[in-house]
Amino acid sequence: MTFSPELEARFEKFLTSYPPGRQRSALIPMLLYAQDELGYISDELIEEIAKRIGITTLTVNEVLSYYSMLHKKPLGKYHVQVCTNISCLLMDGDKLWDHACKKLGIGHKGVTEDGQISLEEVECMGACSWAPAIQVNYDFHHKVTPEKLDQLLDTLRKKQ
Amino acid sequence: MLYNEPSPLETKVLTRRFGLPNSATLKTYLDTEGYQGFLKAAKMTPEQIIDEVKVSNLRGRGGAGFPTGMKWSFVPRTSPKPKYIVVNGDESEPGTCKDRVLIENDPHQLIEGVLIAALSVDAHKGYVYIRGEYRYLIDIMDVAIADAYAAGWLGKNIQGTGFDFDLYTHTGAGAYECGEESALLESLEGKRGVPRIRPPFPAVSGAFQSPTILNNVETFCAVPSIIRDGGAAFAALGIPKAGGTKMTCLTGHVNKPGVYELRLGFPVKQMIEEVGGGIRNGKKLKAFVPGGSSCPVLTAAELEGATMDYDSMAQRKTMLGSGGVIIMDEDTCMVKAALRIMKFYAHESCGWCIPCREGTTWLRKILDRFHAGQGVRSDITLIGDLAKNMLGRTFCPLGDAAAMPTISIVEKFRQEFEDHLDGKPCPYEHAEHMVTV
Repeated sequence: MTFSPELEARFEKFLTSYPPGRQRSALIPMLLYAQDELGYISDELIEEIAKRIGITTLTVNEVLSYYSMLHKKPLGKYHVQVCTNISCLLMDGDKLWDHACKKLGIGHKGVTEDGQISLEEVECMGACSWAPAIQVNYDFHHKVTPEKLDQLLDTLRKKQ
Repeated sequence: MLYNEPSPLETKVLTRRFGLPNSATLKTYLDTEGYQGFLKAAKMTPEQIIDEVKVSNLRGRGGAGFPTGMKWSFVPRTSPKPKYIVVNGDESEPGTCKDRVLIENDPHQLIEGVLIAALSVDAHKGYVYIRGEYRYLIDIMDVAIADAYAAGWLGKNIQGTGFDFDLYTHTGAGAYECGEESALLESLEGKRGVPRIRPPFPAVSGAFQSPTILNNVETFCAVPSIIRDGGAAFAALGIPKAGGTKMTCLTGHVNKPGVYELRLGFPVKQMIEEVGGGIRNGKKLKAFVPGGSSCPVLTAAELEGATMDYDSMAQRKTMLGSGGVIIMDEDTCMVKAALRIMKFYAHESCGWCIPCREGTTWLRKILDRFHAGQGVRSDITLIGDLAKNMLGRTFCPLGDAAAMPTISIVEKFRQEFEDHLDGKPCPYEHAEHMVTV
């Protein structure tokens, strides 16, 4: 598999960040950063990373199935994550979630037909004092109202 | 950047640089006594450093509140194995968003805290484990680390002291459980984040089966000022047995939610009324969670005379925890709150221990049914019994974290459960099914 030079440089750094013989530590960072570039974790990617670290694909699968941010299916180009955990719930995060589902016509882990937007109800993301919060890919949006969400989704639908 | 206005009632120690122009840069840090604590520590013996931290009465800020100096003293400094410093930046206890602002606004303070810890146990490598969702903080930390290397505050022979130290960031990928120290170490080794049997504790066998200091971001961030200005000065900010300040996240139904640095022992009522601006819409307080969703909840009556510190909260059979304060007004449905909290723990249970895996799932199902008006009277007792049977029966505290708030809500707000019986709609909303089981 070929990756961008930036990702190759990251892989190189990850594989040398840990004590000798401990390259397996690079597994989760490699998977996450590769997913960011490729959109999801394919079987081909799993084989490639397993080969570079020197572990089996079974081990990679065992580990990646544990982590909620690692996905084996393509997400939307913009992955909208709505927190409904307790601090967000108290600020109507649950209603915001319902609103997002209705607006996009998809549910939890759904993807719009054009592949542009995916939706996920997530657990606490560390924005509790500025609730309700959402994340679009890695960007935080605080104190989100249904109106603000509408505007954001309209922008994301058209955004390249 | 800052996401809320600071309060005049804050005691600014860890947040002293917040709001300064370019507060995250090395230049601003060096202009404001940055790395002076490290230079001082480099002239001290390891025993003196640990003693100073002991004098400060600093206790772990991640939630457990274990005395930091004592934790460091457990590391066998003369062990032939390499020692490691690991920073727990997996902040994910619901209600908590304080480590985020510490890294965002002052990453060098964290690096300096790590360096001082490294001197105290002769460690030469460290990892900052940051939850995957905080990608922008990993980027900020990477820049700070690169700047520190370039200016000789990391790497070989730091500032001519003869001390070498390498620091790396490490990303998580979405798992609450990895905030538990032994699960974090598993994750750091590229494994599923399931907890380890303890003992041995990380001080003896931590990262890569070597002696390790593992502390929360906030704990490390307190260390530079302790060494720079003395442990006694830090201790004096707090109360006996608990020194310094606590980063406190006000969340929920207050007028001015935000992250504030308050001295330990700060009166709870003053915190809600003056720092938080009171309950929004002039409503009354119904329930109070002192430090993250795993803490038992307190009623308004129980807050009489309460202060934000370990002992005051322990007297009320709850915990200071992580500093994630959750405030619920009189219109909050406590059954729904209990359900949402349990839904979280059921999702995050790693499945290793059966009481936690099965207990959280069953409790979520029962609470969901109950909130939807399909509960029966015996469920109320069943919820409490199931939760009590999880207590103390799991490897790590996640089982307890799920059980404790549930038990407290059922015991203190039993009437609200009764109000949902006999097919009655939730009195606080039209019985919507909040969770699809």
